[in-house]
Amino acid sequence: MNEFQEKLVNFKWVEPKKTYDVIIIGGGGHGLATAYYLATRHNITNVAVLERNYIGGGNSGRNTTVIRSNYGIPEAVRFYQRSVELYQTLEDETERWIMHAQKGILWMAHGETAVRAEKARAEINTAFGAKTVFVTPKEIKEICPEVDLTGGGVWPIMGGSYHPEAATARHDRVNWALAEGAMKRGVHVHQNTAVTNLIKSGNRVIGVETTAGPMHANVVMSAVGGHVTGLAALAGLRLPIRTHPLQAFVTNHYEQKFHPIVASTSLLTYVSQTARGEMLIGAEIDRQPSYSYRSGHHFLQTCAHRAMTMLPFLRQLRILRQWTGVCDMSPDYSPIMGFTGVDGFVLTTGWGTWGFKAIPAGGEQMAQLIATGETPELIAPFALDRFAQDRTMADRGSAGTH
Amino acid sequence: MSIQIPCPHCGPRPIEEFAFGEILAVPDQITDPDERDIDRAFMHNNPEGPQREAWFHTYGCRRWVTLTRDTRTDQII
Repeated sequence: MNEFQEKLVNFKWVEPKKTYDVIIIGGGGHGLATAYYLATRHNITNVAVLERNYIGGGNSGRNTTVIRSNYGIPEAVRFYQRSVELYQTLEDETERWIMHAQKGILWMAHGETAVRAEKARAEINTAFGAKTVFVTPKEIKEICPEVDLTGGGVWPIMGGSYHPEAATARHDRVNWALAEGAMKRGVHVHQNTAVTNLIKSGNRVIGVETTAGPMHANVVMSAVGGHVTGLAALAGLRLPIRTHPLQAFVTNHYEQKFHPIVASTSLLTYVSQTARGEMLIGAEIDRQPSYSYRSGHHFLQTCAHRAMTMLPFLRQLRILRQWTGVCDMSPDYSPIMGFTGVDGFVLTTGWGTWGFKAIPAGGEQMAQLIATGETPELIAPFALDRFAQDRTMADRGSAGTH
Repeated sequence: MSIQIPCPHCGPRPIEEFAFGEILAVPDQITDPDERDIDRAFMHNNPEGPQREAWFHTYGCRRWVTLTRDTRTDQII
């Protein structure tokens, strides 16, 4: 947190108390959003958000900021559409400029199977409240003139789906706006406060041990990203989570405006332009489960090559910087939200590589769950016990690109 | 540079030639047979530290390599 950011937003840092109604572990987007919606929608303000580093310093500050709802299963389309709509009004609500920009996402199909998949995506999106249409190569060229329809002669573009409501926002500003909104209403946010253990009484979690001393609460929520397995183990839980690194990079400034977001499942890559004019390119997770933040040259080479087959103008640009986040990947590419079977302990995890777009809806629904003690209908399909009940939510719409 | 996997047949090779294989280990504390099946099907140890794991040399000798890797640093021990 530097001087400029302190002026930009108005944070109120306070000393930790001994007891709270709700303790949220993890000061990223989902943790802060839950605190924000608890305070604004349910008037629950005796809440602490504990962050071991600085707020938004984990995956909330390392993602590629795409907001969209063109998923592949009804439950996910409904949930992410709610999030897309909340993002659209978040600037007015928080009175902070989160740099939300509606751009539309073009999802390319390079073969007949992919064309069928994109047609199916458009149908299922339309049926469950998201706006997605199938587009022909000619229409793709009209939306995005920079695209090479021959795909470098190797990956011809045979069609695609277009989701006009897709947007991007500035990730830091989303975190700060939510943190400020929550703190303004009395929520405590404690940075540099790591949780070292959970305090249990029988099968109930009643508080947390932290580097700033013990704190007690009626409800403890985990909004931890890649490191969630270790925390859940303290509550006696085993999770279907494996932590994988995800890399991304930006190029130097591209002088012209590049409007849409372009993605391709076959090429496992997606491209958008940041507000600074850099081209932001991301891909699929690394194959090895790891907590390491190392970035590799192999990723740059393959990902840059694939992005250039669709968008040849990228050849003129140079890579500016590269970074890595560690993602909590669920086996069915869907999030895990809700009660855990351990009293007083709820979690929101499995956000893998698709968590940023879900920040407002995830926070809103988890806040409702904590305030009412009942699972909201919108997130009921994403409960942790779905694995034991063998009703996984396999979603190919989230796999590949994000 | 890529992570190098020490293949006993081919020497050190980049990780991109291999497919990851998790060695499943259901904890002994879980005794109920159904719960053991669920754990085996879905749950992961996901340790932050040294882990025993297997790698299949897909684009090489097509044999399994077993090794210990520290998931915090990607160092092969």
